Amino acid sequence: MTAVASAPELAPLHRRLGLTDLELAAIEAKLGRSPNDLELAIFSVMWSEHCSYKSSRPLLRTLPTGGADVVAGPGENAGVISIGDGLAVAFKIESHNHPSAVEPYQGAATGVGGILRDIFTMGARPIAVLDALRFGDPADARTRHLLRGVVAGVGGYGNCVGVPTVGGELVFDPSYAGNPLVNVMAIGLLPAGRLTLAQAPGPGNLAILFGSTTGRDGIGGASVLASATFADDDPSKRPTVQVGDPFAEKLLIEACLELIEAGLVEGLQDLGAGGISCATSETADRAGTGILVDLDAIPCREPGMAPFEVMISESQERMLAIVRPEREPAVRAICAHWNLPVATIGRVTADGDITIVGGGLNANGRPNPDSVELARIPAAALTSAAIVHDRPSTPPSRRRAAPAPGVPLERNDLLPERGMDPGAILLGLIGSPNLASRRFVFEQYDSTVQVNTVVGPGHGAAVLRVKGTSKALVASTDGNQAIGAIDPWLGAALSVAEATRNVSITGARPLGVTNCLNYADPTRPEAFWQLKEGVRGLADACRALDVPVTGGNVSLYNESPAGPIAPTPEIGVVGLLDDIAQLVGPEFVADGDALILVGETTPGLAGSVYAELAGVAPEDGPPGIDLAREAAVQRFVREAIGRGLVASAQDVSGGGLAVALAEGAIWGDRGAQVRLLINGTPAVDLFGESPSRLVLTTRPGDAPVLLLLAAEQGLPASEIGTVGGDRLVIELGGRGAIGDAEGRGAQVSDALEVTIADLRHAWDYGLQRALGEDPPAHPGDGVEPPDSARGTG
Amino acid sequence: MTRIGVVIFPGSNGDADALHAIELAGAEPVPLWHESATLDGVAAVILPGGFAYGDYLRAGVIARFSPVMRAVAAFAAGGGFVLGICNGFQVLAEAGLVPGALLRNRALRFLGRDVLIVPERLDTPFTRAITGRGPLRIPIAHGEGCYFADEATLDGLERDGQVLFRYADQDGGRAAAGDERSNPNGSLRAIAGVLNPAGNVAGLMPHPERAAESVLGNDAGLVIICSLVEAAAEREMAAGPALVGTTG
Repeated sequence: MTAVASAPELAPLHRRLGLTDLELAAIEAKLGRSPNDLELAIFSVMWSEHCSYKSSRPLLRTLPTGGADVVAGPGENAGVISIGDGLAVAFKIESHNHPSAVEPYQGAATGVGGILRDIFTMGARPIAVLDALRFGDPADARTRHLLRGVVAGVGGYGNCVGVPTVGGELVFDPSYAGNPLVNVMAIGLLPAGRLTLAQAPGPGNLAILFGSTTGRDGIGGASVLASATFADDDPSKRPTVQVGDPFAEKLLIEACLELIEAGLVEGLQDLGAGGISCATSETADRAGTGILVDLDAIPCREPGMAPFEVMISESQERMLAIVRPEREPAVRAICAHWNLPVATIGRVTADGDITIVGGGLNANGRPNPDSVELARIPAAALTSAAIVHDRPSTPPSRRRAAPAPGVPLERNDLLPERGMDPGAILLGLIGSPNLASRRFVFEQYDSTVQVNTVVGPGHGAAVLRVKGTSKALVASTDGNQAIGAIDPWLGAALSVAEATRNVSITGARPLGVTNCLNYADPTRPEAFWQLKEGVRGLADACRALDVPVTGGNVSLYNESPAGPIAPTPEIGVVGLLDDIAQLVGPEFVADGDALILVGETTPGLAGSVYAELAGVAPEDGPPGIDLAREAAVQRFVREAIGRGLVASAQDVSGGGLAVALAEGAIWGDRGAQVRLLINGTPAVDLFGESPSRLVLTTRPGDAPVLLLLAAEQGLPASEIGTVGGDRLVIELGGRGAIGDAEGRGAQVSDALEVTIADLRHAWDYGLQRALGEDPPAHPGDGVEPPDSARGTG
Repeated sequence: MTRIGVVIFPGSNGDADALHAIELAGAEPVPLWHESATLDGVAAVILPGGFAYGDYLRAGVIARFSPVMRAVAAFAAGGGFVLGICNGFQVLAEAGLVPGALLRNRALRFLGRDVLIVPERLDTPFTRAITGRGPLRIPIAHGEGCYFADEATLDGLERDGQVLFRYADQDGGRAAAGDERSNPNGSLRAIAGVLNPAGNVAGLMPHPERAAESVLGNDAGLVIICSLVEAAAEREMAAGPALVGTTG
């Protein structure tokens, strides 16, 4: 066993494979005997955290998963929801964190490949990818290396397979320094009748493997790499990373959809973590059958591979189809058309076991007389009846041992009052690594292939038209680690609120949630508590907002010598807009439109981008969330858009109200004149990120109707200004002291005034500056230079 | 109805978009598999974007050897209209059906975004429906789009009217040397599209078929597809039914 030979000789095999003594005892109990080495290797992969969800499964059961339109929920390769017109949308998010830390290009590329396979395995054509990426300090050389590799990997794969990358996230936080997060979401579209499940029904049916051949790459990816914390940037783990071939994937997509369209498969499963072991046991267990695997029939990339290597290899771009014997020739013909290797590697059996035979099967699918049975494991023992751990959890003794990572300690949250120009703070925020334009990154992706992209990356949620209908799908990914680090329940609830809100403000109705739960080592009670609280926040928010969780992925052990990551529930939401003509964007659209602020500003700056930049008082907490209010705000904005009352809609999130206004101004290329009533401190009102707030613009005549509609729904709303001009001006008034500069009186703190050109320049180049990339060669390249630079050339 | 073919290589990913755009332009789209030795009697051919044969080794270098390319070359030699878009341009260049070569983008990164291009000629099968010389906003999506040829060839292209499109700046003027925002791949003389000497084969790096519908916010590229459909229909009409079956 080459993969384990380098481990210390003294430790018993099961420990070297990552299984505990307790787990070995459980395996022996399930088998009624001791497992042989091959069986142990298979168990080690299938009982890894990554494949078995052994720590998280009891928690995930608490999530709301039902809904009238849900066609397939958790447990399948992807969630599927009906969107009418005989169509359904399939979507899922998945992590590829540890592979990307070891080998960023291939780690990210195979992350894209894996999630795409989850989509087309269901019979859906992948139509979009969103990538949620998280790294450490952008000034750090290693961060830059990882970012460059990951972005190139996402692009290298997605661009080639012809699936547009239409959105996602890029977040910098010191907690990701040693353990970046690469979460990829894919969306697919299918005729509802084409839904295909990953199951192996019908004893006697053939198990057909097609796609790439099986090699030595990705051995132990699930167990060694994904289910343990990092010792360091360990090059010895590189062979555990798979290598992607997007060209093969493109052929695989076309071949699979053709097989499904022709009705040739009874079940289809992609080979991901755990390789053939996982695909055979999961499909068999779902159908209550077994599979007899003919080891010698599996096409290998190189000679001399040990049985355990063949069975747990995570070589990419492979699929397992369950096929009626009489349809085998037709299946082979389609594979040949797409030039894909194909092999019949086994038979479905009635005994419920995954049985692995060396020496071949005869024409009837029975082992040859001189064949050897190498392993026999009940399929259920590997999947649905795999071990579940009841992990201890304890809240941290001090709920907040330190301020949010990287935050200076001194109390300075009253900067504007201390005479600092709030406009300078706004420029600093909008040009900061977490808020500046991501153009530098997303321009490396193909976002327009397949001609469905109505709104691509960069301006809020992605919007994809649905060909042949008047409908559009709207998608967003969001995760809040900064507040998750302080209060994991709140971080998760806010993540759901923001992702659904980003969909609702386009006018679309959120259909469902997919989640990628990125947490630390679950065997540490404090880390398990974070996961538990995160799942509770996710469940509470999804119930309050009435969106089902249709699937997702759990990524644990996200730790490095630098420490654990901040708890990061990455939430992906897909929504449906029935009439694309009603789509509303976040950018200001017309001078003279009225600006309406909906919702209530509440105190709390901890976890905000402002806090990252300026620091907050250590005793300051994050703003809370009222989930019922959040639901009401989202219902309100959807209704207002449906009635044609809204010209633009933006939510207040990262950077607060001032940044929301600045984004509307930059993207709409027109300014605004705003009068803001300061109820707390200027920092909270301008830059605080309390949720459930919206900035809407509307034709002046519609403003009263919009305000009335808000009042009817019990939502505070007020007109705060007017769109127009070449600058964003925010006059800060004291309580009730709205008026011109002369009349504002003593309670007035200050006014903020920044030109759109300056805002755009800060926003456009902030990320490149943070990453140390070359400044643009031509200041006049379609972007206005800041005022100060005018006239110089 | 005029039938326009779209070649599908393994790894093509713009084939469906090209077929869709042909339909929008009022013609009948015809998929042509790479192993096909004939062109099924189509009136014009589009080589679509993508990564034919994975673009391993070099973009377009393997695709030029596929059976369908022999048929395309014969079709082109007979005066048939052929438009290569993005990867299709790379394949045409590798096959020697249009002059020059496409190198890696100057920034050594894949680039996907809108660019402005201006037509140099309005009397070609690919630009005849364009009215006015204002810039067209069309998306690019490529890693190897830097148009390259030696100085003598470039001079010849300009002299003989073989430059079809150039990258333009905001004002519609030819992108200045070194203007990476306007000419993002660093193409020599800002060339975005070229013609063969006979003027019936064109290679174009940007994707007009992706800017062909107002619902997507941009239909500036439809006019290029419409030009091809118009020209093909006219040629078909002029030749009479005899043309069908003799060129492909």
